[in-house]
Amino acid sequence: MATRKFNALPGFGLTMGVTAFFLTVMVLIPFAALVIRACGLSWHDFWKLATNARAMAAYKLTFGASFFAAVGNVIFGTLLAWVLVRYEFPGRRIIDAMVDFPFALPTAVAGLTLANLFAENGWLGKFLVPLGIKGAFTPLGVVIALTFVGMPFVVRTLQPVLEHLEREVEEAAATLGAGRLRTFVSVIAPTLLPPVLTGFALAFARAVGEYGSVVFISSNKPFGGEIAPFLIMMRLEQYDYTGAIALAVVLLVISFILLAVINVLEQWASHFQS
Amino acid sequence: MAGNVKKKVNGDSHRQSRRGTEESPIVKWVLISIALAFCMVFLLLPLVNVFAQALGQGVKAYFIALSDPDSWAAIRLTLIVAAISVPLNVVFGVCAAWAIAKFNFRGKSMLITLIDLPFSVSPVVAGLMFVVLFGMNGFLGHWLQDHPLHLFGKEYEIKIIFAIPGIVLATMFVTFPFVARELIPVMQATGTEQEQAALTLGASGWTTFWHVTLPSVKWGLIYGIILCNARAMGEFGAVSVVSGHIVGHTETMPLRVQSLYEGGSAASGAAAFAVASLLALLALVTLGLKTLLEWKQAREYERAQHALAPIQEERKFPSPEDFR
Repeated sequence: MATRKFNALPGFGLTMGVTAFFLTVMVLIPFAALVIRACGLSWHDFWKLATNARAMAAYKLTFGASFFAAVGNVIFGTLLAWVLVRYEFPGRRIIDAMVDFPFALPTAVAGLTLANLFAENGWLGKFLVPLGIKGAFTPLGVVIALTFVGMPFVVRTLQPVLEHLEREVEEAAATLGAGRLRTFVSVIAPTLLPPVLTGFALAFARAVGEYGSVVFISSNKPFGGEIAPFLIMMRLEQYDYTGAIALAVVLLVISFILLAVINVLEQWASHFQS
Repeated sequence: MAGNVKKKVNGDSHRQSRRGTEESPIVKWVLISIALAFCMVFLLLPLVNVFAQALGQGVKAYFIALSDPDSWAAIRLTLIVAAISVPLNVVFGVCAAWAIAKFNFRGKSMLITLIDLPFSVSPVVAGLMFVVLFGMNGFLGHWLQDHPLHLFGKEYEIKIIFAIPGIVLATMFVTFPFVARELIPVMQATGTEQEQAALTLGASGWTTFWHVTLPSVKWGLIYGIILCNARAMGEFGAVSVVSGHIVGHTETMPLRVQSLYEGGSAASGAAAFAVASLLALLALVTLGLKTLLEWKQAREYERAQHALAPIQEERKFPSPEDFR
């Protein structure tokens, strides 16, 4: 780390100037524009626009689907992280690398291919639709898409923690007579809780804002098929700017709350580590 | 938490002691199978499906679909947008990393939070911000319309929303933190001693940057650029808001995928997958390069630890140039 006293490096003024310029133009001014426009709304109008029935249905789908997707990510992400860190098996390194695939794949492509897979004549839909599991153009499809885009979060927050877990503690538990399951529940699981919750919050936050993959796989019908970002898009297409801005403010506030929660969780998790 | 274990000593402890801290093979292989099945359904199948659907109507149909002029226009626009927004973000990222990693100042953590901000904003909301700013109902929309640019005796109206500048701005916004985020920890880890030494020996600031700083952070920089580029080319939500979806003019590749998908016919569906297959290919290349860089860094880290174990303290991303 640099120390202020003996720092003779040049360029602070220049680089700070460039940073401040970019930050102002790219982030602060656009942000301010949205906030100023939102402040132009009266509280009464804002409330009406942000909480009408169609908006409420959109929130319900957005947060409901995001919650189930994040829960799915926790279950399979924990399992995947465990298997990748603890076991040797053929293809382990490839799978480890592939975990980041949902981050690398453009969301539009993810939505397109998932919608196709789970559609009636798709590779998975062929078997699932006759069983009554309709993945495409349903709320379940939204959950599937959000599970896909959020998949890497839990795995990637858990992996380093699992790698640094002290095996001696488990050995001690085993020596003291605890079964493997008991060791996992009483010894390993409590250590994993902070990173798992962090991963959950990260996946949930990402899912709440997600748009690209969901438009392809959802029915996008009002009351039940619309996610909140899609409703913002609809409002814009109808030139209902105030309606769009009101919804955007709600989403922004929730993102910031989630960001604060994630920060607290990360601090908690790093506290646990040391 | 470990205290709970002491409460009861299990009867059949000889079984556990044999296995120590391992699960029984059955449990192990069941867990591996579930994990593999999950990866099959959620990673492999979606990927294979893109190419299978793209080539479903035959290789010839695939290339015909790709040579469609509107799809070509989308590919060209995506490349142009990435070619503008990625270098600009690199300039920003390098500057921000230099200021943050090499100097101490008040409000540093605030600055880092602000740089990370675009990651926590929904892409659609990000696009909306630029519409509010530059759209016809926005703050600068009318002003821009009333103040055309005079160049070489001609008048040019500056269009931002429903035009390329808006797409570039939206793309820059969503990819804003990538390079800075990768570079800051790397630059912090390499410290300032080497730069100080170079400056003491009479090197200028620029020389020091080019010959000392840049070589030691180049892998981190490349890593950031790769991720930034992948997101820039694949961004959908933010671009969708500002683009206006004018076929052949303001459609990027992801938007082209959508409009072909909504076309409805089997041929346009296959064409959507054809364009999507190029984006999937980009994702695979990105993933491959990313993994390669990570392995490289891990190897170099190990080697450096080995060679300089007594001197070297925790350095996250050393590179060989540090130790020559």
